[in-house]
Amino acid sequence: MNNVLDLISWMCLLSGSFFALVSSLAVLRLPDFYNRVHGAGITDTVGAGLILLGLAFQAGFSLISFKLALVLVFMVLTGPTASHALAKAAYRLGLEPVVSHQKEDPTSAA
Amino acid sequence: MFSAAMAAILVSMAMLLVRAVQGPTVFDRVLSVNSFGTKTVLLIAVLGFLSGRPAFLDLALVYALMNFISTIAVLKFSRFGRLGQGHSKLEGQPMAES
Repeated sequence: MNNVLDLISWMCLLSGSFFALVSSLAVLRLPDFYNRVHGAGITDTVGAGLILLGLAFQAGFSLISFKLALVLVFMVLTGPTASHALAKAAYRLGLEPVVSHQKEDPTSAA
Repeated sequence: MFSAAMAAILVSMAMLLVRAVQGPTVFDRVLSVNSFGTKTVLLIAVLGFLSGRPAFLDLALVYALMNFISTIAVLKFSRFGRLGQGHSKLEGQPMAES
């Protein structure tokens, strides 16, 4: 049972850190600001969730896992809120998203 | 073990710092600093497990709260020009670059 818990905790930690890497790569490499906000939201929800879940499996059912659950609940509540506030503030202050301008109507033939 | 997760978190923090330096608008910088704070919370939690001190989780919770409040404070300052209440004369002006 201990080995199974260790294995599950390992998988959660590794995939959580993979998603954290993907998220920061998205913030670094995507071309537009609104794309980057979308990429950064991955850290707050999936990245933090998997890493903290992996740590909770290591700690067992105790006060430590309760505190980890508290940290997770707070980050899930405030992370998307901050992303929304940032995107709304950027739009209000005039930053326009980059849209592609197509010369023809894409629904027309050829 | 936890060292692999900590190495991944540190690498991602470095990438966020590059975006914070490079970002053409101020909102890119606010975004990367906010994500940097979230990664710091995860780093503190993993470091607490790595060193065997469960008290680090209280630090992680407090820093998560502070990170959120500081992001909202910076956004409010960039919109209204001050941290007090109400609107200011800066509304309707073009966005501040850099």
